[in-house]
Amino acid sequence: MTVLPLARKAPSDVTKTATFRVTSTPIGVREALNSVLRHPLMTQLSDDARGTTEVVLAEALNNIVEHAYYGADGWIELRLTWRPRQLHCDVLDTGVPMPNNDLPEGLAQSVGDHKDLPEGGFGWFLIRHLTENLNYRRINACNHLSFQLKTEQ
Amino acid sequence: MDLKTEVQGDLLIVRAMDDRIDAAGAIQFKEDMRVICQNPQPRVMLDLSRVAFLDSSGLGAVVAVMKLLGPGRRLELAALTPTVAKVFRLTRMDTVFTIHDSVAFGPQSAV
Repeated sequence: MTVLPLARKAPSDVTKTATFRVTSTPIGVREALNSVLRHPLMTQLSDDARGTTEVVLAEALNNIVEHAYYGADGWIELRLTWRPRQLHCDVLDTGVPMPNNDLPEGLAQSVGDHKDLPEGGFGWFLIRHLTENLNYRRINACNHLSFQLKTEQ
Repeated sequence: MDLKTEVQGDLLIVRAMDDRIDAAGAIQFKEDMRVICQNPQPRVMLDLSRVAFLDSSGLGAVVAVMKLLGPGRRLELAALTPTVAKVFRLTRMDTVFTIHDSVAFGPQSAV
């Protein structure tokens, strides 16, 4: 994974950005999350906000590895913008589009009968539950997912 | 995935020594647990105190381990860290597993 240390001061000193280039593999995602969580601006957030950020980014990135590139080589660009009380996230890839060019519903899984418990399908439920302003667009053969995370109660 | 085991009577304690169960390690975790669970103890307790992060693949692997134990045996979880507890709570998997605040130790032998 290559990390581009692009953290820079925006015109307003309350908004800062960083861009991470992620190798589209499970290990690439793990390394990217490690870099994101160690970023100086992330270390200023509460443990709860950091945990939520890691969960959401892991699900968004792993979804791209598994479904947009379906195991093929690829890159994912992750842009983080720290704003007052929120972290804005843009995730871009050049894999295949979402089915029907739309986001999965991410319905809660049934937890009824133990022998029929789901072993997957939690990812979009977690993303939808933990983010605000979730948006997906297909532009110029590129998938662009964006969302915001609250960083303060 | 580094897993350490300890038998206490009818209880098999499995301590996850790595700090994450994620998409990069979930398949190996499941396979290692499958081998470990060939021990015959009816109760299996997974100590998650060192696991700071678990994603949906890791959650799916924990569910799979419970299912492969079959109906006669139980997988219990212990010492969930805050982010791991949050994933279990949001997905309502906290209602499926018996979750202990810490690993219960059996009676200590007299010194």
